[in-house]
Amino acid sequence: MDLLLDVRCLSVSFGGVRAVNSLDLEIRKGEIVGLIGPNGAGKTTAFNAVTGRIRPSSGAIFFCGAEITGWPSPRIARNGIARTFQNIKLYEDLSVIENVMIAAHSSISYSFLEAIFGFGRFSADESRIRSRAEELLKLMNLKELAFERASSLPYGSQRKLEIARALALEPKLLLLDEPVAGMNPTETREFGGFLLRLRDNLSIGVGLIDHDMSFVMEVCDKIRVIDHGIPIAWGTPFEIRNDNKVIAAYLGTDFGGQPVDYATN
Amino acid sequence: MNKTKVSRDKSLTIFSVLLLLAFIFYAERNFNHYTIRILENIAIFITLAVSYNLINGIMGQFSLAPNAFLAIGAYTSAIFTLSPEEKLRSFIIEPMIWPLSVLSLPFAVSLLLAGLVTALVAFFMAAPVFRVRGDYLAIVTLGFGEVIQVLANNLISLTNGSLGLKGLHPYTNLWWAWGVCIFTIFCTVRLINSSYGRAMKAVREDEIAAEAMGINAFRVKTLAFTFSAFFQGVAGGLLAHLITTISPSLFTFMFTFNLLIIIVIGGLGSTTGSVIAAILITWGGEALRVFEEPSNFLGFNYKGVPGMRMVLFSLILILVMLFARSGIMGRAEFSWESLFRWFRRKLPC
Repeated sequence: MDLLLDVRCLSVSFGGVRAVNSLDLEIRKGEIVGLIGPNGAGKTTAFNAVTGRIRPSSGAIFFCGAEITGWPSPRIARNGIARTFQNIKLYEDLSVIENVMIAAHSSISYSFLEAIFGFGRFSADESRIRSRAEELLKLMNLKELAFERASSLPYGSQRKLEIARALALEPKLLLLDEPVAGMNPTETREFGGFLLRLRDNLSIGVGLIDHDMSFVMEVCDKIRVIDHGIPIAWGTPFEIRNDNKVIAAYLGTDFGGQPVDYATN
Repeated sequence: MNKTKVSRDKSLTIFSVLLLLAFIFYAERNFNHYTIRILENIAIFITLAVSYNLINGIMGQFSLAPNAFLAIGAYTSAIFTLSPEEKLRSFIIEPMIWPLSVLSLPFAVSLLLAGLVTALVAFFMAAPVFRVRGDYLAIVTLGFGEVIQVLANNLISLTNGSLGLKGLHPYTNLWWAWGVCIFTIFCTVRLINSSYGRAMKAVREDEIAAEAMGINAFRVKTLAFTFSAFFQGVAGGLLAHLITTISPSLFTFMFTFNLLIIIVIGGLGSTTGSVIAAILITWGGEALRVFEEPSNFLGFNYKGVPGMRMVLFSLILILVMLFARSGIMGRAEFSWESLFRWFRRKLPC
């Protein structure tokens, strides 16, 4: 069973605004799927609906074969969907390593009484969580910053920390909302390489929103394009690059409804 | 942190607790009644502040319920320790309901029951209360405090109404007060340093991100609320048997307000800060009494103004808030390591 996420006919309305309109999306194991579209197309809203932050108005979401539509977000997270946020949401006043350790909370097996009196599975669990967090920080090159406050980190490192935190959930599916926003081209290229390695080593599915087209085209296996909530294209990066509807959505059309050909004009 | 340092810190902590116990032993034999009373008050207020800080500081949920928990704890333990004869004599409006009217339990059991009953109330209260956040949460918990007071006034066959419960045996001594205090600090610190504590901090920092990381915020809040209420209930039992008379008017919102001042002055989110501020404010309130008494300073005759204590107290609070906006400790915690580092900086050798 390598179909992880199966979104069928998902719609989300806010009052009269249809933010997402019958979106279909499939993410398989070991696959990076891009979700792109102009500003306000409903990409983040789609992620929010998948992770349970907002209730979809209609449609169904299946994860690993089970329907998860309308589940509360902690339950979806514990089931294996981890995410990062467009506007970074770290636990700012806590240390870097604590940020990562918190994501492992759902994996603890000790009760609060065991925590207080220090018997049972407490110390074993704590050292497991700590060493796992250290491992993830090392993976993201944040080991030296482990005891810094999260808010004191530079922007790029904060993005990396968010990913480390998401990975601490041991997810089957990782949803990244604009992970390379604010990174320079070198950092972006490095991050692309990292993402490909992550996909191959952990064999997880990745959903990716980004506006950096060269990055998206380079790392994604499949791309879904949406515009004003309506899905307009689905395919490999090559197919998407040559899709008239996509070019029209991004660049506009001339009076005849044909996409503007900027190369010849 | 390596193993030797952990064991060093552990032995230092045990040593300082023993030192504190030795001090209590000395104080009990040599200090006068007034000083001992202040020390007992300090211990009770540390217990209250540390457990209150777990909700407002560590978890960032603005609750105003401690006076309610305190009242429940105080009444529960008082009802269980009063002798049947005393109950018969006190309840003059309506007799006490049957099983309780003949029941009399040892002090320790009544304290435990006070904690458990309060925790149970908090557990069932969590569901309606944590549907709201921020200012709304403050209002709901404030309302709850008022409800408890009204109940205490009107459930006459249980609480003796506005006459209150009198003639409690003064069981609370230095050992009880400080024993409970140390136990509370121990439990709270251990909880904060576990994954549960980290989850509470995550809820404070960003509830949406916490939920996206699989933390059930409601469950964490309920745990902290129940845990905190247990210790506040026990502290209520201690307080009842310290002042030996309780009535509904004792547990007004002002009590919560004092605790709020303590945890804000100490630093919201710092257990160390709560302990320091509880000591400073409980002891300081008494120490400032000299300004209300007539004195002769360098030939200048000061008549003493009643109420001067509160004026100075407010001034000090204002100054602390001006110069240390996040309280005495901020969110920092005491650790032996930081103490040693501080000494090394002061004495470069």
